Amino acid sequence: MTALSEPDAPTQPIPVASASLERASRGDQIFRGVLTLGAVTIPVLLGFLVFELWMGSRLAIDKFGLGFITESTWDPVAEVFGAFPLIFGTLLSSVVALAIAVPLSLGVAIYLVEFAPKSIRQPVAFLIGLLAAIPSVVYGLWGIFVLIPILRASVFPFLRDSLGFLPLFQGPIYGPSMLAAGIILAIMIMPYVMSVSREVLLAVPNTQREAALALGATRWEAVITTVVPYARSGIAGAVILGLGRALGETMAVTMLIGNRHEIAASLFAPGYTMAAAIANEFSEAVGDMHLSALAYVAFLLFVLTVLVNAGARLLIWRVARGSGAGSAAL
Amino acid sequence: MSATVRPRAPFFTGPRATLTPRPPAATAGQRGSPAVDVRDFDFFYGSQQVLKHLSFTIERKSVTAIIGPSGCGKSTFLRSINRLNDLIPSARYQGDILVEGSSVYAPSTDVVGLRQRVGMVFQRPNPFPRSIFDNVAYGPGLNRLVPKRDLPDLVERCLRQAALWDEVKDRLDEPGTGLSGGQQQRLCIARALGNQPELLLMDEPCSALDPIATQKVEELIFELKREYTIIIVTHNMQQAARVSDYTGFFDRGELIEFDGTERIFTTPAHERTEAYITGRFG
Repeated sequence: MTALSEPDAPTQPIPVASASLERASRGDQIFRGVLTLGAVTIPVLLGFLVFELWMGSRLAIDKFGLGFITESTWDPVAEVFGAFPLIFGTLLSSVVALAIAVPLSLGVAIYLVEFAPKSIRQPVAFLIGLLAAIPSVVYGLWGIFVLIPILRASVFPFLRDSLGFLPLFQGPIYGPSMLAAGIILAIMIMPYVMSVSREVLLAVPNTQREAALALGATRWEAVITTVVPYARSGIAGAVILGLGRALGETMAVTMLIGNRHEIAASLFAPGYTMAAAIANEFSEAVGDMHLSALAYVAFLLFVLTVLVNAGARLLIWRVARGSGAGSAAL
Repeated sequence: MSATVRPRAPFFTGPRATLTPRPPAATAGQRGSPAVDVRDFDFFYGSQQVLKHLSFTIERKSVTAIIGPSGCGKSTFLRSINRLNDLIPSARYQGDILVEGSSVYAPSTDVVGLRQRVGMVFQRPNPFPRSIFDNVAYGPGLNRLVPKRDLPDLVERCLRQAALWDEVKDRLDEPGTGLSGGQQQRLCIARALGNQPELLLMDEPCSALDPIATQKVEELIFELKREYTIIIVTHNMQQAARVSDYTGFFDRGELIEFDGTERIFTTPAHERTEAYITGRFG
């Protein structure tokens, strides 16, 4: 008999227990409500931001449409605006930064994970991480007073003499230029690319290294043929993360890039980026159309960086699924 | 590198024999000069001695099982033979090990060349995240053992030797990590064979496999014995009894007993060996 009645047991209400459960859950509910409110605020703010950018740029969107992206004229007096030089400058300065920063930070990461003596691994990683804490205006000042004089006096002339057959390294040397901005960007994104690559390399299982070594690979061959390929999608994520930062960086770039609405083949020529243009012109913009065009630029920049960051998360999530170490890096 | 490097065993290219496990060879013995000669070998991690005065020899083309309780130095011994312990900064050693007559620890030893001649299979299958073909071709490609156009033949031969060919011949370009655990482990064996090694070290190769996959790998060890000298570390005493000709019992870094497998498992000379194989400790 008892066996038969047992299945009904769970449906029987147990008043005392449920009362105490309710009391406990009231605190839970308040707590949950507060947290939910906090969690909801973020997406709402984001949505509001997009909405504001969209509303602010309505005037420009209505007048120029998608042609805004491909048009090169930027004439606040005639109220004709096109963002192509800005988009071009943003992308080019970021590509220059990546070209310099990626090999450097990947090399440092590989060195720190695979070759460096144990005692210097942590300190060096920490010091490079500190680079990320320096305000970008400080980088900008350093660029103006230290980097540009060096570039103008020796690096640029050297590049022009040795690689001058490339259109990239031709033309007059001013100092403030696409290349100067790219170099400062490279220094600024290096800590991010380095530390994420380092985390991803650390997440490569030791058995992979041992497998390669046991097959007669040297340390170097094991790293190049096994460890780096194993970590490649995580490293790609690190690179895209760096790209995302380079695209949006404003202050240091504004101080070093020269701020000219022009497209030049030479890296010695000044240029402009989306972020720099917004920062420079927003306070001085008088016409509504000018303001609206700047908001439109901001909207495009927002879309660009969101796409880049989403790509980075996706890549890192893919590589970190097994280990969890890659996602911890973000 | 000194003295006699014996010519490599020719690759097995004939028709495959049926995989019927024979009982451990009781008559195993006088089958040639030692493949591995351990000479008063000590090994330390820092100040802790993990291998003590090891001295024994291992027959060519035989399977030698190393058994013993956890932490007795079995794996350390195996990794001393291909110097994988070099990666540990505090590791020190005394004495020497000779593989096919040439010293493992002489200052002039080319460690990369040594590891090429001594293949290793690990506890957990660790294929590279690249294609099945590239996994097997990794060693020979890296060490340029054969011209590039001969790689497909070599890969096929190794996969056949590892009894994996029929299962993967139609998907050689698929990632090796997509195979089942047992297949991955046989792929790792094929990868080790790719270097055409003189000696094959197996560090608990079946501990991560299910019984059927284990049986396949054990049959494979039987087959490979015809071509290779094999040293296998195992926690599984039935496995040691099944696959090996010789068994060495390690305890606390010492070699307690080394003899024909049948003797070890029927009439062990040492009390501790008997206690261990009958399950009284370890």
